[in-house]
Order: sequence, then C-alpha cells, then structure tokens
Amino acid sequence: MTLWINALQLCRRALRFLDGAHWLESAFSFEAAQAFACKICIRNLKRCQATALQIAVVACLAGCARQEQRADVVIANGAEPESLDPAVLTGQPDGRPAAAMFEGLTRLNPVDSTSEPGLAERWEISEDGRTYVFHLRTNAMWSTGEPITADDFVFSWRRVVDPATACDYSGLLFYVVNGEEIATAKIKDLTKLGVRALGTRTLEVKLVSPTAFFLDLCAFRTMAVVPRKTIEKYGDRWIMAKPLPVSGSHLLESWRIRDKIRLRRNPLYWDAANAQNEIVDILPIDTAMAALNLYQTRQVDVIWDKSLVPNELMDVLTNRADCHRFDNLGTYFVRFNVRRKPFDDVRVRKALSLVINKRRIIDRILRGQERIARSMTPPGTANYDPPEGLGYDPALARKFLAEAGYPDGKGFPPFEYFFNSLKMHEQIGVELQEMWKKELGITMTLRQTEWKVYLAMQSALEYDTTRSSWIGDYNDPNTFLDMFMSNNGNNRTGWRNERYDRLMKEANSLLNKEQRAAKLREAETLLVRDEVPILPIFFYQSIHFWRREEIRGIHYNILDEHPLHAIGKNKSSKLQVPNSKS
Amino acid sequence: MYFLRRLIFLIPTLLIISFLAFALVRVAPGSPFDKERKPASPEIERALKAKYHLDEPLWKQYMRYLADLARGDFGPSMKYRNHTVNDIIRQGLPVSMTLGLGAFLFAQGIGIPVGFYSAVRRGRRVDYIVSFLALLAICIPAFVVGPLLIMVFAFKMNWLPAGLWESPKHMILPVIALGLYFAGRISRLMREGMSGILHSEFITTARAKGLSETATLVKHAFRLAVLPVVSYSGPLLADLLTGSFVVESIFGIPGIGVFLVNSSLNRDYSMVVGLVVLYAVLLLVLNLLVDLSYTLLDPRVKYE
Repeated sequence: MTLWINALQLCRRALRFLDGAHWLESAFSFEAAQAFACKICIRNLKRCQATALQIAVVACLAGCARQEQRADVVIANGAEPESLDPAVLTGQPDGRPAAAMFEGLTRLNPVDSTSEPGLAERWEISEDGRTYVFHLRTNAMWSTGEPITADDFVFSWRRVVDPATACDYSGLLFYVVNGEEIATAKIKDLTKLGVRALGTRTLEVKLVSPTAFFLDLCAFRTMAVVPRKTIEKYGDRWIMAKPLPVSGSHLLESWRIRDKIRLRRNPLYWDAANAQNEIVDILPIDTAMAALNLYQTRQVDVIWDKSLVPNELMDVLTNRADCHRFDNLGTYFVRFNVRRKPFDDVRVRKALSLVINKRRIIDRILRGQERIARSMTPPGTANYDPPEGLGYDPALARKFLAEAGYPDGKGFPPFEYFFNSLKMHEQIGVELQEMWKKELGITMTLRQTEWKVYLAMQSALEYDTTRSSWIGDYNDPNTFLDMFMSNNGNNRTGWRNERYDRLMKEANSLLNKEQRAAKLREAETLLVRDEVPILPIFFYQSIHFWRREEIRGIHYNILDEHPLHAIGKNKSSKLQVPNSKS
Repeated sequence: MYFLRRLIFLIPTLLIISFLAFALVRVAPGSPFDKERKPASPEIERALKAKYHLDEPLWKQYMRYLADLARGDFGPSMKYRNHTVNDIIRQGLPVSMTLGLGAFLFAQGIGIPVGFYSAVRRGRRVDYIVSFLALLAICIPAFVVGPLLIMVFAFKMNWLPAGLWESPKHMILPVIALGLYFAGRISRLMREGMSGILHSEFITTARAKGLSETATLVKHAFRLAVLPVVSYSGPLLADLLTGSFVVESIFGIPGIGVFLVNSSLNRDYSMVVGLVVLYAVLLLVLNLLVDLSYTLLDPRVKYE
C-alpha cells in the first residue's frame, strides 16, 4: 500500500516538474535542443541502425509545440477551415474567423445579426432602389496603415465574379449589373461590372433590380474588401503573407493547420476601441467528444458548432445552464426526384408528405425544441411570413395514393431513401421508412453513402428520395427559395416550374416589401403545398456551450453569426482553472 | 551489394504505388470540388478543374505530378486551398512523429522487458498476470483506452490535460493510448520468441559450459528472441510515425494521421497521393533497416 502511495507521489512530482520547468523553451532553447540532438547523432553515426532513430528524434523535437500565452477567448470552431480567403471560403467554420479579418461595406450586429454600417459609414439609395452610393469611413484603413479606398472594393468585387478566382459564392454578385454575365463568361471584360469608384471614398453600385436584402449581402464575407497588392504578389497563398493587411477587427497572428488559428486585435480597425478581447484562439476540433473534454477542463471557453454535441449526451447536456439552444435559419427536408416514376406524380409526393409525423421525429430523435417545418423558409426570416404547407393527414394521403393508382400501396415500386452516413440521418430514415410502410403500405430501403458520393448522386439526380438540408446565407426568404428555380444548381429535384420562376423574378424586382412578400409567399405555396418536390421536416436549432458568468458578447440570433470583436471574458470571473497553465 | 539492389528496387515500387493511388482516387465518384452548395455557375467548376489540371488526360496529369515530385513538390491541396501538401505535411508530420515515436518507445520499453521476464518466469503466477494484462491491452482499442485515460487522469484526478498539443505534459496520455496496444503485442512476441529460444541446444550448451544464468539469457537468448520484435518494429514504426486517426481525433492533436483518412473522404487528390507516397517511402526504408539489423543481431543471417 505504502509503495503504491509512494509511486503516486513520484508521478505527481514528475508532472509538477514538467509543469513548472517549461523545459523546452526555457531550460534549453529549441535550437539548442536541436543542436544537442545533432551532436548525439554525429557521435553515433557508426551505428547506422540508431541513426534512423536519431533523425526521427530531431524531426520530433521540431514537433514539440511551444507554449503560448493563453488567449482571452478560446473557441472550438468545428472543422478545419478550407480557406480564410473571403472569396473562396464556403463553410461557417471558415467564415467565422475570416469575417473578423475582412470586413465589407456593412457588418453584422452581434445582437440580432442585422446589417449595420461597416467600412461604409453611410449610403444613399436611389428612388428606383437600383443605385447605391456608399461613403467609406475616413478612418477606414488596412492594418498596415494604408487607407481603404473605393478602388479596393472595386477590385475585391471584380475578383469575386472573375471565373478565374473560382468563387463558389459569386452568385451573391449576380444582383449587381453584369455580375452574372461575367461569372458565366458571357462578358470577358471585368470592368463592365456595375460597381465603380466615384472618388477615393465613394463607391457606386448599380443593381439589376431593387434588391431588398442588398445591405445584408454587403455584410456577407464574400463581399468583404481584400488587399489587392498582397493578392497580386502572392497568388493563392496570399493569406499566409506576412504582414497580412486586414480590414477587419482582428489580425491573423498564426495559422497552423488542424492546430490553431490565433487572431489578435487589429489596433487600426475603425472600431478598435470597442473590441472586447486582445487574442482569440480558434481551434479546429471536429470531434464532439474532444471538444466537450476540452470545454469541461476549461481549455476551451466556447463550443459553437452544432456538430460538436455528442448525440448520446443530448438529454443530459441540454438541461445545463451553459448549454444555449436557439432557432436559426436552417431547414431539414427530403427531396423527391420528380424525374423518376412514381415521384413524377404530384399525388404520390403529397401522399408521402402527408403521413410524416414530424413531431414524433423531433421528440424521438432530436430530443430538442426544434420547430416542425411546414415550409421551406423558417418562420422568423426577415420581411416574410411563410405559407402553411402540407400537414399530417394519413386519410387524405391514402386517398391521394389510391388516385395515383396505388390503392393501399399495391403496385407501388420499392424505392430508396438516400443519405450521407451520420447516425441522425439514419435514425430519421428509419422513422420515415416505418411511417410510409405503416400508413401507406409502401416499401422504402435505406441507402447510405459517404458525403462526396451523396453529393455527386444528388446533383446527377441518381436517387428516388434523399435527405437534404439548407442553411440560409443571409436573412431573407430569397436564400431558401431561389434555389428551387429551374436552372439553379442547388435545385437537385428535377422540378421545373415556369410559374415559380416567374413569381420569384417578379418578387425580386418589387420595391414594396409587402407586395414582394406576397409574391414570394405565392411561390413558396407552390413549393410546399401544391407541387411538393420537397418535404420539409424541421427547422434547425443552434447548440452552443459557454458559461454566462465567464463569457459575454455572444447573443442568440437567427443567422447564428457572432462577430468576434464583441466577445470577451468577464473580468470578475477569476476562477480556478485547472490544467491550463499556458 | 544486396542493399544497393534493394535501394534501386525502391524506385519502381514507388512509381507503381504512386500511380495506383493517383489513378484510384480519381476513379472514385465525386470530385474535390463537390460541395453542398453548387457554385454559382458551371464556369466556376471548369475554372477550378483547369487550375488543378484535372481537365487533362490522366497520363499527362501523372507526368506533371512526377515532374513536381522529382523536385520534392507534392502540389497544392485541393481541399485546403491556402496550403500546399508540403505545408500540411511539414506542420503535421513532426507532431505525428513525436507522438508515434513516443508510443513506439513506450511500447518497446514496456513490451520487451515484460515479455522477457514473463518468459523467464514461464508458468508462474507472474507469467499469467502479465499474459492476461497483455491480452487486455491488445483487446481494448484506442478509442476506449483514450477516453478512459482522459476520464481518470484529466477529470477525476486533474493531473493531465484532456487534449491539445502544447507541452510535454500534453503528450503523456496520447502516447499511452496509442502505445498500449503495441506494448501488449510486443510483450507477447517477446515472450513467444524467448520461450522458443530457451529450449534450443545452444542455450543448453551455454549453461553446460558454466555461463551464469544472466549472461545466458541476456547475451545469447535475448539477441535471437528479440528478432520477431525487430521484424515487427519496422512496419510498426512506419505506421506510428505517420500518425493515428483515432488518437489524434480523441485528443485533438494536429498530426498527419487524420489527413490519411479525411483526404480520401474529401477527394483531396494531391493530398491522398502525397501521403501514400510518404507512407510507402517510410515503410520501405524501415523494412530495409530491419533487414539490415538482422545481420547485426543474428550471426546466422548473411546477405549476398
């Protein structure tokens, strides 16, 4: 027994040594360690077997990470960003740090995610709503000290529509005159884009039609201003340039892939005085368990990616005070392939939609307070009130199915439900399978594939029915509805409806908000009640973790966007922090 | 001579491996640029393909790749567009190597003495306990050991951090989680090797000529008994040095192991081929070293 206790004490002492000494960077420096290892290597060169090992040792010493000052706020951010270039990036984990580095004409308000003046301090809108004149702030400058000019914006926006940049989100600039023509290579001359500098600080933008949400678009990261000289000098890898001129609230101090992105307050940012933190660490952690472990041991202050909540623990976790759930702009739905029999028949699609008990799916699988979806656009979307789509009515469903020629499901061909491998999608698939079998007597088989195959088959319309989801990019119904227009690459149902296309176009050319909303509602009614190429199931919620007494500046908002400059640590919360001495 | 021949033979082997990886990953459905959101125009996809030369015939792409490879350039990553494959390997490999080497030393350091001892004490209680523990280590996978270690040492005792890669202290749990299985394997290999050797005639001879027991075991038996461990160690080291998907995920370690799995799921063509080539080089070279070490350990082995 005493031996055991002695051993334990020895362990503790060894740990304390590792803890206190910081021997890698203080006792002997990194270079000294390398030199030392090299010396050993050379001395023992004769033993060739050992050398391999020693070469490995040298390599490994390079791998021992250094200890840095702990950041004010450490955030588990989900997957490793594919890029931090605002024009190239697509995902939310990429956008969140990038939005802190590069700002646009407007920026998002941290409280309600509406757009507010960013690098432009004011603007005028012409009466027809098609010409915007923006006035940049006089104190808008790059982190390197040069002023941010209207020309910088012209360059940045031309870069987005230039096909050579290959910007997935260039569609956001299709609302600007000639944006679409340039991106689809119908016009080769970039200068034809409807944006020009009227002076060093005045920018004029011409739109194709009055676009109600244009100021929101200006806050989107794709539209941010980027440093011309750096991009022209370094090409694809400009983001790693040192120094990197940024226009937003934070500088990129370091970016080690799959390790850490460290952002530091930009002292030359126009609103630098109100920044709530000095250093923010963005950790690319894509495993729910790892994120939770780090959060529990306080190596991480905030978890803000939905994929970072282990489903098995949902019941326990959501009852905690530091678990924050709120509605966001996201819809989980099923696509029908309307090019395939029997889904080309609207009665079949309606029948399949009417027997889905969405409440049951939410209660049994999500275990949360998600809202039932009867429309594609989530309620709460700005300037809009979505229509009521099909509800739950098995009797009516059986009637529709009989009319389509399949009474009690007789003669209905077996079909597949296609989804990407994830526990939740499978569980929902099983529920759908059971409901369709029980209420309609039809047989569906589940088919799961990995992500890339799933995307490829969905795009190629090689499926019967498929699980889908969509997260809104900006707070307007257009982000959910324009994708179902006939030629949109995100349609992926094979559904083409001229009336829908016409209604959408008409709506977006209207200046009056109510009239526009009415048109959009008419279009969406086609989508979720009359034609139903899709079956909405529920609206997403965001799930975040942070301790209210420690962290401030993160607010529940529908875009789930939380500008980094607003987030800070509460001074009073000097809690005892185990395990995070650095 | 023999080793020179083996070295020269490495080149065609690597060519075949790299070509297979190069072609297979392109045959798989989906492309590196498929995303949930379609790009705004087909022109964009075309521009991307042209940028990475994916619009050229396969043989031409491969020739281009070989030309780059000859200069030590693995090309740009198609998923992480601000980084090159070289960048990613340069940042991740040292981390994985540290972790892997730690686990390797841990496995050898525990496995060899334990196996040696239990073979010497064969049939006694110690032998049974050790064999049972070794079996346990082999049976429990790292994704169970890892969280268990975190639960005990990070949560209950508060001794060690639950993850990340910042100081030597952060290395302890991942090294154990990764090395435990191999420690079990090695101790069993060592025990088997030792048990076999102890019955051979030259050991009887050594004992008969009056050599002390320690000298017999250490000088004569050990050198031959360790051979199975050595031949196992080559591929093992290659495996460990290139990282571990499971352990790196559990502890949030920025190594290269996660990329071995994710890059193929992401269809990050250049990354997949780069990592395959890297792994192949390590494996082939370490196997060569293992063969070389045979001559040092076993006087009966001679290469022509």
